[in-house]
Amino acid sequence: MTALLETPSATVDRTTPAASRPRRAVSRLADAVLTGLGKVVAVAALLVVWEVAPRLGLVDATFLPPFTTVAVSWWDLLVSGKLLDNTQASLVRSLSGFGLAVAAAVPLGLLIGWYKPVATLLSPLLEVFRNTAALALLPVFVLLLGIGETSKIAIVFYACTWPILLNTISAVRAVDPTLLRLARSMDLNGFRLFQKVILPAAVPTVFTGIRLAGALSILVLVAAEMVGAKAGLGYLINASQFNFAIPQMYAGIITLSAIGVLFNQVLVGLERRFTSWRVPVGA
Amino acid sequence: MSAHIAFRGVSKRFQVKVRGSRQHSEFTAVDTVDLDVERGEFVVLVGPSGCGKSTLLDLLGGLTEPSEGEILLDGRRITGPGLDRGIVFQQYALLPWRTAQGNVEFGLEATGVPRRHRAERAREFLDLVGLTGFEDRHPHQLSGGMRQRVAIARSLAYDPQVLLMDEPFAALDAQTRESMQDELLRIWQRTGKTVVFITHSIDEAVHLGQRVVVLTSRPGRVKETVAIDLGDRTRQEDPRSSPEFARYRHRIWDLLHDEVSRAQQQEKEVVGA
Repeated sequence: MTALLETPSATVDRTTPAASRPRRAVSRLADAVLTGLGKVVAVAALLVVWEVAPRLGLVDATFLPPFTTVAVSWWDLLVSGKLLDNTQASLVRSLSGFGLAVAAAVPLGLLIGWYKPVATLLSPLLEVFRNTAALALLPVFVLLLGIGETSKIAIVFYACTWPILLNTISAVRAVDPTLLRLARSMDLNGFRLFQKVILPAAVPTVFTGIRLAGALSILVLVAAEMVGAKAGLGYLINASQFNFAIPQMYAGIITLSAIGVLFNQVLVGLERRFTSWRVPVGA
Repeated sequence: MSAHIAFRGVSKRFQVKVRGSRQHSEFTAVDTVDLDVERGEFVVLVGPSGCGKSTLLDLLGGLTEPSEGEILLDGRRITGPGLDRGIVFQQYALLPWRTAQGNVEFGLEATGVPRRHRAERAREFLDLVGLTGFEDRHPHQLSGGMRQRVAIARSLAYDPQVLLMDEPFAALDAQTRESMQDELLRIWQRTGKTVVFITHSIDEAVHLGQRVVVLTSRPGRVKETVAIDLGDRTRQEDPRSSPEFARYRHRIWDLLHDEVSRAQQQEKEVVGA
């Protein structure tokens, strides 16, 4: 009886007559197609404006060539292999920096978050570093590590570390105190507590940090490549501008944003996978 | 024969910082409490807010230590938390990333029940609390009453001797609350556990308890213990409306009345200070 009283929407799904199911599947498909279309329309509109505006002379076609010109130039870059080489150079740098940051900052953050004295000791320092723009330190990195790969990976690593570290620390400190009390009442030892309560509870907030770091890894890398590099998308863009190969410059920019979107999608996908238990917020 | 649970002159004092100065003042939450609970008994502690009810439960759960006196469980002094006592919290304390089943298994993992037995045992206890068919739901997909059922199943599954319940139904709406009370009585009868239940609701105390322990306002002392004799409440149509029920209710109300107004006075002084 009571169980019946307390079974709201949850069981509605099961009691739906089978007949209405195909119809619902169709309408769901239509919904998906519509949302997909909506997304495409916005991008398409941007491309149309990009194509038409230079051709009509609304903007100087020298500085903003029509999209098709850029697309052709992108294709040429791809065929010549230049695009792949530069993309590869960039990806290796940003992924290594990012990967190293995840590997270092997550455990460190867990440690700092868990041991309160450590957190109190380090928090002013963290505050200073967090608020120092990574790019402002680029000359320092170049001075110390030269203009080779090391300094580029190091600056990406540095920039990515802070969001991950700070999010991990606050994730550990924000673990629901009732859960800690529960664990204590069940006499869980430190390791078990960490493994079964703190770590899973921290995952969503840690992932937010990782996603921020993912975006930063590309941003910082491109800036670093513009300052001193012989390969990479940042170099490609900068060099194209110097050589007045404007369509090629835009081709580089497009590639960068595509990589950014893709990287973010991958991270969002991973986040969903690991935090599927979370209350869906607006879906 | 000694009692199952025995509070022997238990006091608990906390150091509190005095606002605006470096001095510490002492705050007595619980003062020389003596109380015996028999095996299999259902005892309800009731008192005004801030009377140290929850402190008593924390002490019994081993989450804090008494400043004076001792608490014995089967003659052995309680020195820390242990799986012979299961706590049910007001805020459910479910792990949101685990399903109902996983949450019940969480308690079993701590006791070292072999993996292959856990799933079966968890299902058994979910069935006991009436949640068959909801094993795969996550807490956010369950109603408040159902969440508390999962928490109760979790605490029962690892088979503690004593169930400590800290206002477990306070966050539920009135109807769910009543049905949960009946459910708890049924579970108690079936499992034969000793239950120490904390509430600020007189109705809940009378309905559930074999004995109701009325506590004074701060510092918490045992004011009086009222034995409730209403027969088997799960077999009656509407036990809450019987004249005996009303008599017990009034009796406890009387005992609490002065304490509540005193507690409110104390609260005003604290806020005003």
